[in-house]
Amino acid sequence: MSDSPPAPRTDKPAGKQVDLLAALKEAALAAAVAFALFALLIGVRTEQGPTGALVIATRFGMLSAFVAAAFAGRFVFAVMRHRLAIPASLFAPPAVKKIAAALSPYLALVILIIALIVPVLFYRNHYVLDLAILIVTYIMLGFGLNIVVGLAGLLDLGYVAFYAVGAYSYALIAQDFGLSFWACLPLAGIFAAFAGLLLGFPVLRLRGDYLAIVTLGFGEIIRLVLLNWQNLTGGPNGISGIARPSFFGLPFNSSANGFAATFGLQYSPTHRVVFLYYLILALALVTNWVTLRLRRLPIGRAWEALREDEIACRALGINTTTTKLTAFAMGAMFGGFAGAFFATRQGFISPESFTFSESALVLAIVVLGGMGSQLGVALAATIMLGGFELFREFDQYRMLVFGAAMVAIVIYRPRGLVAARSPSVAMRERKAIPADIVRNARTESPA
Amino acid sequence: MSAAPVLRVEHLTMRFGGLAAVSDLSFNARKREITALIGPNGAGKTTLFNCITGFYKPTVGRLLLTHADGNTFLLERLPEFRIAKDARVARTFQNVRLFAGMTVLENLIVAQHNKLMAASGFTVLGLFGSRSYARSEAGAIDKARYWLDRVGLTDRADDPAGALPYGAQRRLEIARAMCTDPVLLCLDEPAAGLNNRESAELNGFLRATRDEHGISILLIEHDMGVVMEISDRIVVLDYGIKIADGVPSEVRNDPSVIAAYLGVSEEEALTPQAKQM
Repeated sequence: MSDSPPAPRTDKPAGKQVDLLAALKEAALAAAVAFALFALLIGVRTEQGPTGALVIATRFGMLSAFVAAAFAGRFVFAVMRHRLAIPASLFAPPAVKKIAAALSPYLALVILIIALIVPVLFYRNHYVLDLAILIVTYIMLGFGLNIVVGLAGLLDLGYVAFYAVGAYSYALIAQDFGLSFWACLPLAGIFAAFAGLLLGFPVLRLRGDYLAIVTLGFGEIIRLVLLNWQNLTGGPNGISGIARPSFFGLPFNSSANGFAATFGLQYSPTHRVVFLYYLILALALVTNWVTLRLRRLPIGRAWEALREDEIACRALGINTTTTKLTAFAMGAMFGGFAGAFFATRQGFISPESFTFSESALVLAIVVLGGMGSQLGVALAATIMLGGFELFREFDQYRMLVFGAAMVAIVIYRPRGLVAARSPSVAMRERKAIPADIVRNARTESPA
Repeated sequence: MSAAPVLRVEHLTMRFGGLAAVSDLSFNARKREITALIGPNGAGKTTLFNCITGFYKPTVGRLLLTHADGNTFLLERLPEFRIAKDARVARTFQNVRLFAGMTVLENLIVAQHNKLMAASGFTVLGLFGSRSYARSEAGAIDKARYWLDRVGLTDRADDPAGALPYGAQRRLEIARAMCTDPVLLCLDEPAAGLNNRESAELNGFLRATRDEHGISILLIEHDMGVVMEISDRIVVLDYGIKIADGVPSEVRNDPSVIAAYLGVSEEEALTPQAKQM
């Protein structure tokens, strides 16, 4: 709140008296805020009265306890602040930093190797394999959204729409035309890319917050269409019995021409899970490869230039319309691939899987990862979804922990985990560009 | 020096609601010449630039650009990116507009977008690492290196553009505009914020660029030292109306120009329309 920057630690004890007064003020303010917040939340409660009607009961004791706790906590914090100022080296001692710096060039490789051997390590642990599939799915979604938000700087809050379009495209085509997963996958991508263009056209002139609002609406429109177009999508009942993926035509079942029988293995349902894991990992790696490649092509540089300054782009002869539309379409296409995978993995989809909270989660992954950084997205998805699972036992409190973690990240790493931008081309040496120079989807273009 | 016009501005009017920022303006910018646009604040100079480069659509009038090969373009009918891409008019901005988070080199590569885009087979060939695209990119880097050398920024090639000092940013913006291979280069106050030494360097650079690359330059400038020294012709605007047009020595002594800059007492003041005769 009204935190003044911590005073230098060389403060003389003479200043202590004044500090106490300031601390009291601060604590009183915190108590007032706590009172305003909890007066109705905790102080008042509706209970069933003797006649069965609701009566209002008051809990002033508990309320005052909360307010007192806020007062005391803030007071102690304010008094101890100088002594509490923790040196940064405590979090990252020089030795740790040194190791991190030495490892960082190989970090991507290490992560890749770990990702590749996950099914070997956890072959018997279905729970971990399912979680890994979920994480990689979100990494893939993050990569896709990263093109739109991180590179082109177009804040998209309706990304789940493309995920949904991909999933429903796959489900409907596979069911109605009996095409295999591998035939449907590109079609799902194309349909999603088309949806991206559809969204792109009306929002060409929008940026920042305004764009976010329209894309948010677009996401909801798609969901409502899926919910209400009963004949095609089955409405709230969704689509069930979606074809499961096969290993290039060999189904994962115990039949004589199944995957296990063909390779002379004993049938196990784990085969399918492992296959699904490698399938989504391959899709994510392809997405990553394409994105890294695009960044070094004129189209990728035009996306980044668009993020930096749209007017300058136009003055240089860059067609900003097609540049934006390709960004939307490309991001949507990868979302569509992920959607098709989701549909084949679940075997059942309904509009409930494609709510705004999915968009928010993917966007949080991109923002937390550091907009534009592929490695950051992979780390952020792992931390967020892994964290969700880790705190599953805490049930209703995990959102609290999650919220606190987000606040901490916003304070300590406001630009994301991997904040620096790596240049796409260099004459002599590739120097990372500090994040405070790079624009992002939230900063408006200079007037 | 050939006297054929590269740009003919004919009866150009730009109205914003009731305000005519530019009214019935006609002048020619000649090939391989530096034409300066001067005038007090609010005279309509930047509005004119925005009309030429397509950021505004003029209310009335025609803007005819002629290439050396005889191709002509009606700029008022083209969207702004086509003006830069096909008609090859490049511009800089009054408040520098660089891609701050990209390196100096990247800024110059982005400027060669259209050429590279075609070379990358509109991304398809480039995605699969075609050799011809790699060659084009190397060519683009060579061109960037040439212009970096010309503006003295070779050492800063791999630094983010946003980290450069102000004067260097201005030079980089001109180099970036030159990387688009322009026929006409429009500079909006290139010397603003530069010290004497820097603006002297800028003068030399602009003259040399004009002579070596055969481009025409249209220049908005407040620094009279710069204007009088390097301009071949000067067009003076006041309240959106042309009040003088000629070589520097003529313009310098034109009474209406002096009046516009220094002000006149009410009795001798004529309406600007009357002065234009």
